[in-house]
Amino acid sequence: MVEPKMKRKKEEIAEEKMDPDAQISIRFLGENGNELGGSGIVIPVGISVENLQQLCNQLLDTGDDPLPISFFTEDGVEIRESINQSLEKVDQEKVLTLVYAPQAVFRIYPVTRCSSSIPGHGEPIISAQFSPDGNGLASGSGDCTLRIWDTQTELPLYTCKGHKNHVLCVSWSPNAEKIASACRNGQIMLWNPKNGEQIGKTLTGHKQWITSLAWEPLHKDSTSRHLASAGKDGNIRIWDTVKGLTVRTLSGHTASVTCLRWGGQGLIYTGSQDRTVKVWRADDGVMCRNLTGHAHWINTLALNTDYVLRTSCFDPANHCAKPEDDKKAQEIADRRYNEVLRICGGERLVSGSDDFTMFLWNPSESKQHIARLTGHQQLVNQVVFSPDTRTVASASFDKSIKLWCGRTGKYLSSLRGHVQAVYQIAWSADSRLLVSGSADSTLKIWDIRSKRLMFDLPGHGDEVYTVDWSPEGTKVVSGGKDKVLKLWRQ
Amino acid sequence: MPQNEHIELHRKRHGRRLDYEERLRKKQARAGHERSQKAKKLRGIKAKLYNKKRYSEKVEMRKLLKQHEEKEQKGAQERPDQGAVPAYLLDRQQQTTGTVLSNMIKQKRKEKAGKYQVPIPKVKAVSDAEAFKVVKTGKTRRKGWKRMVTKVTYVGESFTRKPAKFERFIRPMGLRFTKAHVTHPELQTTFCLPIVGVKKNPSSQMYTSLGVITKGTVIEVNVSELGMVTQGGKVVWGKYAQVTNNPENDGCINAVLLL
Repeated sequence: MVEPKMKRKKEEIAEEKMDPDAQISIRFLGENGNELGGSGIVIPVGISVENLQQLCNQLLDTGDDPLPISFFTEDGVEIRESINQSLEKVDQEKVLTLVYAPQAVFRIYPVTRCSSSIPGHGEPIISAQFSPDGNGLASGSGDCTLRIWDTQTELPLYTCKGHKNHVLCVSWSPNAEKIASACRNGQIMLWNPKNGEQIGKTLTGHKQWITSLAWEPLHKDSTSRHLASAGKDGNIRIWDTVKGLTVRTLSGHTASVTCLRWGGQGLIYTGSQDRTVKVWRADDGVMCRNLTGHAHWINTLALNTDYVLRTSCFDPANHCAKPEDDKKAQEIADRRYNEVLRICGGERLVSGSDDFTMFLWNPSESKQHIARLTGHQQLVNQVVFSPDTRTVASASFDKSIKLWCGRTGKYLSSLRGHVQAVYQIAWSADSRLLVSGSADSTLKIWDIRSKRLMFDLPGHGDEVYTVDWSPEGTKVVSGGKDKVLKLWRQ
Repeated sequence: MPQNEHIELHRKRHGRRLDYEERLRKKQARAGHERSQKAKKLRGIKAKLYNKKRYSEKVEMRKLLKQHEEKEQKGAQERPDQGAVPAYLLDRQQQTTGTVLSNMIKQKRKEKAGKYQVPIPKVKAVSDAEAFKVVKTGKTRRKGWKRMVTKVTYVGESFTRKPAKFERFIRPMGLRFTKAHVTHPELQTTFCLPIVGVKKNPSSQMYTSLGVITKGTVIEVNVSELGMVTQGGKVVWGKYAQVTNNPENDGCINAVLLL
């Protein structure tokens, strides 16, 4: 697309004079490359985005409830207001290709105030997670307890005692009926969120602390029976939570396994300090791929289907209503998963590392990386795919958050504002907002569309260790070194 | 000297004395008293040796008792450490605890003082007689003014020898080193790094200029492969390290990085 400078200059002059009634032919392209309607729809250049949306909705035949849609050129430039205002030059001779990306039909309001700061934990809070339906909240702390909170009244509900060391990981099962917590001694305990009691016996087997937990996705396992855990000792264990036994031990990593993801296609992805990402088949425990390329520890992994796997049968567009029975839930989860997979065209994996870079992989198809995402000046602590799978956000110790294209890995922009390392980030369900927690004791809300800071949320007395945005979008939870759990609302 | 196991044989045939157990018990009961009596009575070097032995025995015993106590202890819960950190910070505690601010202050202080707090503050001075050997060549020992360095040296790459006739100090090739094993005190890892120069030999300024490396010498090493970064974000290239061994005895240079 690059043309000689002289020529471009001439055209710019021409463009200034271009009136908004000039005609241009466009064609719409879906994100998976399918063309919409016939090519060469002739429209005026000054057409507004609203009109484009109407046109696109008509072609998509959405009927009475039109979708909000944003449009991009093939280079990834977003069309705002109108074509001639957002593009530098419009070549009237050529057909302009616009990629349409349907946005979430619901809109999440940014959280702006701290609705309550609940004391209770006696030591720093190091993990907190909302349940997949957004109604429950559990947090793990250095005081060896897991606490379950009532999100409606914002009061403590149950204190689950049993661990003998810091509770490092908390993970809700995809059907929201169990909570798994793992401690620094390498023990996993399961809790019932309804009454705060332990389910079954303690799962022991790891020799050192546990770094990450992952449940089997709901569409493969309707009762949430299997759980995977990754340990500092370099092993991954798959547990049968009903029998309380290890089903399988996946060994192969030579150093601490730092992160773990259970994909929707029956694959388990693990990243380790031995600089490799390994892909395992969950059914028989065979290592099917070994992804190499990083030069230092791998800190974090993210799947583009993470959000849909987490929320499974609870659709935020449907107020996270719980289906009647397991079978129905499995059907819904399967349908939602396949829909996302169809849009994004395959499960992609992003790994962030201590070598300041990230790799974008397509692990189910090849062991070659799609792209190497460079730009951070310090280690990357967390990467997260947006719920609509289009954007990747990465939090780094260089105080910045960077946004990348989830499809190609192209750099989009940097979000600067934190004055110390950014520890954790979380997306809102509609992918329009991002919240970040940092060592500088603040939370910040970022607007993804304008790539700007939207709200600064001070309030914590010390470093913020954990941040989570509830799947239905009304609440944000944060916890940190100051031992206080804070809930933020709109 | 007995030629056979008479005593054992006798014991097997006739058994021990009837009061053997009693006598043994009493002897053992007395042993402690007797030893303390002896310790009081002894004088001079014998007393010194004896007391030293008794002391070491006591230490041993106390250790053993403690071990047993720990073994028998049960039920007491191990308190987890204070200051819990999330899993993603567990392996980096050392890097995160030192905050930027205090580091900067420390750096400033160091610069002001102009001196490094070195790991080995006091070193034995190396005398000229030890470091240099007089060269005894020439028909009438004419070269008596020449000195051969008997310690390990670092000779820069650009160094060209003077004509042999005028060369006062000979630095033998076998004792020239270009690399040092440098330990990073926080990471507890060792790297083989190229030496850049000798900054300070505490024994004498002359040794510094000659590049003599002895125990306690501060050398500059090339740390570019460690990937250290300054406050401003630039890559640190050279850093000081102090030699911790006697290179002339060991055949290698071990050093700790001064942070």
